[in-house]
Amino acid sequence: MKDIRELFRRSQNTLETGGVEMPEAVSCPYCGKSVPEEVWMRARRVCPSCGHHDRLPVRERIALLCDRFDERDAEIVSSDPLSFPGYAEKLRRAAEASGEAEGVLCGEAVIGGFRTALFVMDPAFMMGSMGTAVGEKIARLFDFASDNALPVIGVTASGGARMQEGILSLMQMAKVSCAVRRHSDAGLFYAAVLTDPTTGGVTASFAMQADVLLAEPRARIGFAGRRVIEQTTRTKLPDDFQSAEFQLAHGFLDRIVPRAELKKTLVRLLLLHNAPKMEEVL
Amino acid sequence: MTAYERLQLARAMGRPTASDYIAALFTDSVELHGDRAYADDPSVTGGIGLLAGTPVTFIGIERGHDTMERIRYNFGCPKPEGYRKARRLMLEAEKFGRPVVTFVDTSGAACGIGAEERGQGQAIAENLTVMAGLRVPIVSIVIGEGGSGGALGLALADRVWMLENAAYSVISPEGCASILWKDAARAPEAAERLHFTAEDMLRFGVAERIIEERFDEFPAMCASLGQALSETLGTLSAMTADARILARAERFRKFSPA
Repeated sequence: MKDIRELFRRSQNTLETGGVEMPEAVSCPYCGKSVPEEVWMRARRVCPSCGHHDRLPVRERIALLCDRFDERDAEIVSSDPLSFPGYAEKLRRAAEASGEAEGVLCGEAVIGGFRTALFVMDPAFMMGSMGTAVGEKIARLFDFASDNALPVIGVTASGGARMQEGILSLMQMAKVSCAVRRHSDAGLFYAAVLTDPTTGGVTASFAMQADVLLAEPRARIGFAGRRVIEQTTRTKLPDDFQSAEFQLAHGFLDRIVPRAELKKTLVRLLLLHNAPKMEEVL
Repeated sequence: MTAYERLQLARAMGRPTASDYIAALFTDSVELHGDRAYADDPSVTGGIGLLAGTPVTFIGIERGHDTMERIRYNFGCPKPEGYRKARRLMLEAEKFGRPVVTFVDTSGAACGIGAEERGQGQAIAENLTVMAGLRVPIVSIVIGEGGSGGALGLALADRVWMLENAAYSVISPEGCASILWKDAARAPEAAERLHFTAEDMLRFGVAERIIEERFDEFPAMCASLGQALSETLGTLSAMTADARILARAERFRKFSPA
């Protein structure tokens, strides 16, 4: 499996460095303003004009947050347990599109000098949907954190449970919840950063189970899908429905944190929860 | 019968609902109301009753027997206050050392503006947290439709049992077909692919037991169901709380990639 992963990573690199000309300007998907590529990337894909936070690829998120990151359980990937029509092909295309082997990256991280366990879900991989592999990786990360007395930082982005693995996907919500509870009962700290989009079974389990809940500006956060609610209630929903701002106003988030301040905020929270410093464990 | 035909039986009006099982299984029952925060959700019924002389907390999703009842019970789609009522009853059961028995019958958690404003996702997530560490035994019985997160919010249990024609699925076959093929009419085809029947649940290890449907002799059916429940709660109660919680986690831990 490792070979395939390497292959995908290489093909992505080829795209980046190969003959393809990179555009010199990015047009903000929210306000439409043209932003020089270099400015856009330096701002970690935040529009300097309107403040829109564009989805951040997982490796860029890790670079933004971590002093060091050692990936764990990279070899865990989804099988196709129900031989679901089109799923194998979908997995293959998701791996190509994202350059990753599954919908979440997990590892041991050093953030501002604090030792943590970090998971980052990948909206570019089948919209971060949770099948058996995503659930297993996150559950193992919480177990690793429990066994090593580490805090967990979780960056969520998910359309919910992955339909193609049927009931086995739904069971991941229960599996991860058990691991989160064990971690919590050990008195350990878990902070979640809800990014666009965090919905369905992920909202209804570990995204909402954190001690402290942060979110990025204007991230879509909710349980039921917007279109489904519109169809069910036959109403047109306002633009800010299920936004991070909506969730903050209804009491379901602690703070909305702009990307530029995310690391600083997490480091302060780690400090306030007596997270282990790097040198203490060496 | 196809999986989709069996699902129609599970959804059919006139099929016994949670309140029928509760009335038949428990004596001296007292129904309790409210989530202590916002409202009393009629689609979740709960209280305390005796099962063979032992107090048990029961929680059921009520779907209703006819159209009028179904409207009253929001078609068995609990709102956040329904999940919070269940949570409150589970924590009380834990305080008094009573086992919890849940009856699951829903096409899914309520979908609407109010449900989102009051944190449907958070309410279910909180139930999963509570059930993952609840120090009393939990048995969940899927009596009709086990629709996704809205069902799991009452089913993170030590044992899960399925009625013969009950279904337990991550998504409805209609929803699956409209996402996959943009055509809800292909639901019967999606139903075969989702593998949601009672036999499928037994094969995956999602459920431990299938209850034969003998609705024409419902009292007799419930008498043997009550006996099975009593025995199982006895077995579970013989374990220490720590061992039971560990076994509960292991029960879900096994759903990992091949």
